[in-house]
Amino acid sequence: MPPGDAKKTASPPLGTPDWAPVMAAIRDRRDAAAFARLFDHFAPRIKGFLIKSGSEPGVAEDCAQEVMAICWHRAHLYDPARASVATWIFTIARNRRIDGLRRTRRPEPEDLPWGPEAEPDPEEALALRQASDALTEAMTRLPEAQRALILQAYFADRSQSEIAAQTGLPLGTIKSRIRLALARLRAEMT
Amino acid sequence: MTPIAHHLPDDLLADYAAGRLAEPFALVVAAHVSLCDECRAALAAQEAFGGALLETAPPVAMAPGALQAVLARAPGAAPIRVAPTPGAVLPAPLRDAVGGDLAAVRWRPVGMGVKQAVVSSGPGGSARLLSIPPGVAMPEHGHRGREVTLVLQGAYADAEGRYARGDVEAAGDDLEHTPVAEPGGPCLCLIATDAPLRFRGLIPRLLQPFIGI
Repeated sequence: MPPGDAKKTASPPLGTPDWAPVMAAIRDRRDAAAFARLFDHFAPRIKGFLIKSGSEPGVAEDCAQEVMAICWHRAHLYDPARASVATWIFTIARNRRIDGLRRTRRPEPEDLPWGPEAEPDPEEALALRQASDALTEAMTRLPEAQRALILQAYFADRSQSEIAAQTGLPLGTIKSRIRLALARLRAEMT
Repeated sequence: MTPIAHHLPDDLLADYAAGRLAEPFALVVAAHVSLCDECRAALAAQEAFGGALLETAPPVAMAPGALQAVLARAPGAAPIRVAPTPGAVLPAPLRDAVGGDLAAVRWRPVGMGVKQAVVSSGPGGSARLLSIPPGVAMPEHGHRGREVTLVLQGAYADAEGRYARGDVEAAGDDLEHTPVAEPGGPCLCLIATDAPLRFRGLIPRLLQPFIGI
């Protein structure tokens, strides 16, 4: 059962739970039970994601713990109008991994001039969540072997065209999903 | 400010989002995204792809007691949010690499009034700031590897078009070009390369070891 979605029987079933209310509970009430749910879902996925992309299990475990600690202490930095919770956690894991490898901070773009909004527009957050869900669903429909290949390729030193040569058409499908998500994101940000 | 006409190629954005771009090129991407909302949105879409990959990754059980260990853990480094500075010439990621804005750049003259300053160098390539006086042509050159240029001030033109603040030109093995800085003021560029450039003329070739590009 998606947390916070129990009463919305009219809305179509979504592929992934809505984690934004869980993040809000962590941010506003330091809700340890809510954090435990977030942890149970994401920590094993971060660990699996890092192992699939070439990390040693011990390194992946430590990095996953570090990322989850940031979620616990910095929940106020999450903005549901900008990224899904999975995407936000992905960017934290990616940065921790790079900083660990290089022992330097990765160059990050400047923030948007207007900064995070105190009260994110629920419609914007919903549209963004739907775009993210569409991506995840497209990914879920891929055969396991191809998904694993994309996962490996995502972190390995291979060009996009080499990946396309190995995965064939489905990556094109995913790219068109990215473009759809992009169009939506662009509409929201301008 | 004129709208940005030349954007980052998709593969650079994808590699940056995945976190596998060498630092000199990551610096160009971060600097351009700081100036360009279109590429900021494209980057967000690429990161959404990463989020979807994480969501569908095969879960691997955490060590016993990991949840308690996390709750007891110190806050750790915050995700980075870099506030923009109105009026700065160099975008924040570049100011970090330089140690300040334009006044902090330690220039080295390389001839014909051209100045350069290396801001990042390593096995993955190098990134340098280049200041080209108005009307001066960069020596005609081809590329062994990849070259990505971001204009920060002034403008230049070559056979491919005109490039002003925020514009990106990505060159590969096939491009031979002779950028000429426009009249008005010096043209300031950030250039990332993964292999030395190949100059056509004899004099530039003799100078190449000293310029280092």
